[in-house]
Amino acid sequence: MTTVLDRLNYALLHAMETDERVYLLGEDILDPYGGAFKVTRGLSTKFPERVLTTPISEAAIVGVANGMALRGLHPVAEIMFGDFTTLIADQLVNHASKFRWMYNDQVRVPMVVRVPMGGRRGYGPTHSQSLEKMFLGVPGLKVVAANALGDPAELLTAAIADDDPVLFIEHKLLYARSLLELGKGDLIDFKVDNTGGISPAFTLRPMDSARLTLACYGYNFELARAAALDLLMEHEVFVEIVLFSQLSPFDLEPLFLSLARTRKLLTVEEGTLSLGWGAEVVARAVERMGGLQVRRVAALDLPIAAAKSLEDAILPLVQDIVRSALSLVN
Amino acid sequence: MKKIGFRVRYNVPVMDDNFTLYKTMLLIRRFEERLLSEFTTGRLVGTTHAYIGQEADAAGIFSITEPDDVIFSNHRCHGHFLAYGGEPYRLAAELMGKATGLVGGRGGSQHIHYRNFYSNGIQGGIVPVATGMALAEKVHATGNIVLAFVGDGTLGEGVLYESLNIAALWKLPILFVLEDNRYAQTTPVEKGMAGSMSGRFTAFGIPVWERDTTDVLDIRSAADETLRAVRSGAGPACLILHTYRFSAHSKGDDPRSPEELARIRPFDPLTVHGVRLTDEECTKAESEVSIIIEDAFSRAEADPFPMLNLEH
Repeated sequence: MTTVLDRLNYALLHAMETDERVYLLGEDILDPYGGAFKVTRGLSTKFPERVLTTPISEAAIVGVANGMALRGLHPVAEIMFGDFTTLIADQLVNHASKFRWMYNDQVRVPMVVRVPMGGRRGYGPTHSQSLEKMFLGVPGLKVVAANALGDPAELLTAAIADDDPVLFIEHKLLYARSLLELGKGDLIDFKVDNTGGISPAFTLRPMDSARLTLACYGYNFELARAAALDLLMEHEVFVEIVLFSQLSPFDLEPLFLSLARTRKLLTVEEGTLSLGWGAEVVARAVERMGGLQVRRVAALDLPIAAAKSLEDAILPLVQDIVRSALSLVN
Repeated sequence: MKKIGFRVRYNVPVMDDNFTLYKTMLLIRRFEERLLSEFTTGRLVGTTHAYIGQEADAAGIFSITEPDDVIFSNHRCHGHFLAYGGEPYRLAAELMGKATGLVGGRGGSQHIHYRNFYSNGIQGGIVPVATGMALAEKVHATGNIVLAFVGDGTLGEGVLYESLNIAALWKLPILFVLEDNRYAQTTPVEKGMAGSMSGRFTAFGIPVWERDTTDVLDIRSAADETLRAVRSGAGPACLILHTYRFSAHSKGDDPRSPEELARIRPFDPLTVHGVRLTDEECTKAESEVSIIIEDAFSRAEADPFPMLNLEH
């Protein structure tokens, strides 16, 4: 079975094989360790000159990548845990995302910053967060999130080929997941529309008319599908799921098409509720479509606890999605 | 130190002799003075950070850099830009927010780009970027080196030290130029810095050349040694120049006493270097610079403002 991890690793390998401008930088990314989550495994053996292990200096890692990109290289930086993106915020917000525009389009910054996000592994308050919402809406910075339906290799390859900086979100629980195949497993009950493009959105349409649209990205697509199955089997409620690969800039056209059919929107994310991805999605949907019924499922506005009982209470679970969905349709 | 080179400046080849060094410093001085005066006329908005008093640093260093060296400057970048060979008119237009400015009015005073010259207004954040540029130049084997300009105030930023560590670890071709004008905005160095200034670099194994001077020839001589060290491929080097800022940090924020300002005035680099010129040469420099400045500001003023194009 091909996993998300395999595909990400392959994309890096392929990029390094086909473009000598591609460099990898990050902490502990050399073999035999191959990175905290093994995404770079094997690469330093094949390309010892172009895989650079760094000191624990997240701001400088991204700053250095930034400078490399300004001068013609295509660096891919790994930040070991997404929680550490607080340390690279200045480089993303005040440097990488600004250069092209503030220098009047005279430069390009083809840089990718890969970040494992997400909880559910008991890592506690500073190694479990989904902080991507802090980087949404930063002009000049693209934020994409891998998922198990679209090919993560294609998404990462496109990010590396992009002229502009890309923050690439990888949920930790996705690494070991097998890629989904259309018409198999729990996808058998859905027709899947794909917008195509370099960061595609997918719309899963059930066999009968749906009463609700679930919007999600990344790992939460796994929860959304489980919830959809439960809603169908236990409650005879059909739902559509719109899965986004690109979080920012916001492009919600596929969602609007779905909402035209259902008029009910439930957003699902693992970041904290307040001022999150879902808040912006809901706002734009209501601005565009008017009179919708909306709800958001997200993490509680609390630090993420280490104890499983507490973590489960804080992060959204399948039953939270089911409960919110039922409250919308009933 | 007798190295004299031909370079292109304002599209005119000139020699970096005593007259040219003086004229470069005078150009920076008169440009900044004109700029400060334009704020009172309302033709300029926003803010600026004048280089007045520090001109010898830029004039000395840029008299011996190579045309393709990569420069990363900071909020106080006008002097660096003009000494680099940047066009005064394009800078004036940028400061006036004109479409013909260096970056079309998008950047303003602190955020400019021209050829291999870059600046940004975030203290410390420019340093890892410059370090990454040095890595790219090394990878591409261009022979170019990177010069990153920081001030004494930047020594408070942590990312500076992350970058020094990486630059030294990877033996990158970068010169860190630390212009110590003795104040971080209004805070004197002794209230903001513990320990040793040079020790901050030598701790990473980065060799330091340190001068307390406003004599452009001394500065050029020290810069020449540091640039040679970096070009040798041995890794980064640091040039610490203790200097004086005569004007406010930006426009009006200068709590220093008149006595202190009077005490530092004899260190004016134009005075220090001016004794090497004849009166006629000084007058000639004034006259030539005056024409350049007047041309730059009058042309810039006539230029159109940029329009936002959302089709972009």
